Amino acid sequence: MAYKTIIEDDIDVLVAGAGLGGTGAAFEARYWGKDKKIVIAEKANIDRSGAVAQGLYAINCYMGTRWGENNPEDHVRYARMDLMGMVREDLAFDMARHVDSAVHQFEEWGLPLMKDPKKGTYMREGRWQIMIHGESYKPIVAEAAKKSADKVFNRICVTHLLMDDGKENRVAGAVGFNVRTGNYHVFKSKTVICGAGGASNIFKPRSVGEGAGRVWYAPWSSGSAYGLMIEAGAKMTQMENRIVLARFKDGYGPVGAYFLHLKTYTQNGLGEEYESKWFPKLTEMVGKEYLDTEGQHLSHKPIPTCLRNHAFISEVNAGRGPIHMVTMEAFQDPHLEEIGWHNFLGMTVGQAVLWAATDVDPKYENPELTTSEPYVMGSHATGCGAWCSGPEDVSPDEYFWGYNRMTTVEGLFGAGDAVGGTPHAFSSGSFTEGRLAAKAACKYIDDGKAEGIRVSEKQIEDLKTRIYKPLETHRVYSNEVVAGSVNPNFINPRQGLDRLQKLMDEYCGGFGVNYMTNEKLLQIGLKKMKLLEEDMEKIAAEDIHELLRAWELHHRVRTSESVFQHTLFRKETRWPGYYYRGDAMKLDDQNWHVLTVSHRDRKTGEYTMEKAPLYHLVGDE
Amino acid sequence: MPTFVYMTRCDGCGQCVDICPSDIMHIDKTLRRAYNIEPNMCWECYSCVKACPHQAIDVRGYADFAPLGHSVRVLRDEEKGTIAWRIKFRNGKKDMELLAPITTKPWGTAIPQLASEASPGNEMRDSELLFNEPKYIRMDEGGLHTLESNGLKLKEGVYY
Repeated sequence: MAYKTIIEDDIDVLVAGAGLGGTGAAFEARYWGKDKKIVIAEKANIDRSGAVAQGLYAINCYMGTRWGENNPEDHVRYARMDLMGMVREDLAFDMARHVDSAVHQFEEWGLPLMKDPKKGTYMREGRWQIMIHGESYKPIVAEAAKKSADKVFNRICVTHLLMDDGKENRVAGAVGFNVRTGNYHVFKSKTVICGAGGASNIFKPRSVGEGAGRVWYAPWSSGSAYGLMIEAGAKMTQMENRIVLARFKDGYGPVGAYFLHLKTYTQNGLGEEYESKWFPKLTEMVGKEYLDTEGQHLSHKPIPTCLRNHAFISEVNAGRGPIHMVTMEAFQDPHLEEIGWHNFLGMTVGQAVLWAATDVDPKYENPELTTSEPYVMGSHATGCGAWCSGPEDVSPDEYFWGYNRMTTVEGLFGAGDAVGGTPHAFSSGSFTEGRLAAKAACKYIDDGKAEGIRVSEKQIEDLKTRIYKPLETHRVYSNEVVAGSVNPNFINPRQGLDRLQKLMDEYCGGFGVNYMTNEKLLQIGLKKMKLLEEDMEKIAAEDIHELLRAWELHHRVRTSESVFQHTLFRKETRWPGYYYRGDAMKLDDQNWHVLTVSHRDRKTGEYTMEKAPLYHLVGDE
Repeated sequence: MPTFVYMTRCDGCGQCVDICPSDIMHIDKTLRRAYNIEPNMCWECYSCVKACPHQAIDVRGYADFAPLGHSVRVLRDEEKGTIAWRIKFRNGKKDMELLAPITTKPWGTAIPQLASEASPGNEMRDSELLFNEPKYIRMDEGGLHTLESNGLKLKEGVYY
């Protein structure tokens, strides 16, 4: 194969993946590193990449401290309650105290934020959400990143992180290939900020056939944040905390603005309110700290999203589906009707397409809802990701090793989906995390921590051989059969993805088994993962595009393995409604009011699991 | 499909290929026009539809649940700073036109060049502050929130 090797040397800050986290990192890095070489490597085109590619109609994390609306600790309390107690509160506090500054910048840059005409504040969708006309959210922040970076490499699929040959456990850049030219790209860098995405499509989606790409989270979010960091030996946390979303059926249109701003509500197939009747029994399982059916209206504690899912799932299982969103009342107001449609057009056009195709006019018909397949991510309302250092002035010793948002691999930082334990960051919080990581990365370099990094030719060449192996496999074996995709010597990336999704669904608690699993199922699943891992060595790619899919699958497999390990380790059902451990249904605060942390040995592939202490900020109020 | 390309409108300029986040818009080598090579990895994000200078790309809802006969079209205009939508229902009973702003400033002009900002001093570097903070947080009132300033402390273990 005659692909060129293109080396970009002497990089100070490499941003791998430029969604909202990566763009924040690239932008801010220029302020702290005026003379530093800042380079972006992005799988797609930075103007429309990441989960915000098609836009957003709301910024879901804005404190409004300047308006006296919330302080950072209020958000921490909210996030920890929504996640049944499990949040890295130092990181969440840190993100929340900086997030407003990111949002105020967005407004200065031209992002249209809606205003409340009476108060003069941003128009609230809910306590934490503000409404925007965000179709061009991503192009706007991309512009900011491009102005700061020395170079932007679009269409580079980053497959591996480079490791320092001079010092154990220190990052030294990244490698990947250009999905257009096929060329091999080597980025030698003192630090890497991983802004890659979380994982869609690791569990079998409800959509089938042509529609398989109609998932809630972008199909190009291939778990690369986790695949890259796990393989580099970074410790991970909360990988069992997958999320299931209640959304409009089939289109996965967002429900946040409908619930919060349009004041719509749900009912079962008989037209009844169903949610509250499942809560008394559920309280026995999770305890009153998390669901106080009698005192909820007094304590003002939000009902965790997963528990509302539990009610939804239980009602459907009891045969009283479908669950409907009652839109017919709100949509009689033409203004609210317009907002309802704009909400889709700004971020999930597919839902508008679906309603137009099926003649569902929510003004005259209440649309169906569904619960999605699970997703693994660290920026939405769930906290999977790397075990990162917190800020110096907030974090306890166990959470602090010198540089904010640095993983347990030296010089490797995270932002957005990559950072574990910081749910409810969403877009603005991810951008903020990128900024925090960038400042810390520059400090790491200025402190002389990146001196003497060495990348051997052997490492570069070995990775090159490994990356292009699927093309070689195809070249060698494809002519052994007459035609078609059935070959005894290899599987293609789609076949591998189908296998992964099936086994994740059946053994790790996907929608097909009503989100239920147990120790035995997890053990069988892990055994099958091992076999899939063996077959991953025999993945074949017909062309460069399939090579991209092959490496996306590789990252998805690595993510899934971690999800299995974490789910097996946490012997309780911490988030009923996201998944259930049938053999440990009750929350067990005595043993499991802790964070779970994993480490995969780079050489042997063996996992070690540990519990990490959980620190809380004072009191509920 | 979900996206597809009208043969007579596409001139093979490749703008959709350049922008597609899922790498599925490609140029057909024989026809020299664009097409969607992998519909089951399409998110219907409309990035290619918006980018096409000839309105040659359209979307047909996913075959596994969307019947034929509907239409959701879009025109995005960076100069005007607007995006215009037209939604036609399958049964013809609804035909909506919606317009929204995409920016409040001339495109790309309001973003600062951080390279030309004054260098942060050592005090700033040693603090927890980011660019333009605390100005951007509290609008010149007070400093950055800390555990101390907010009367907080971290405590291990038991749930509150």
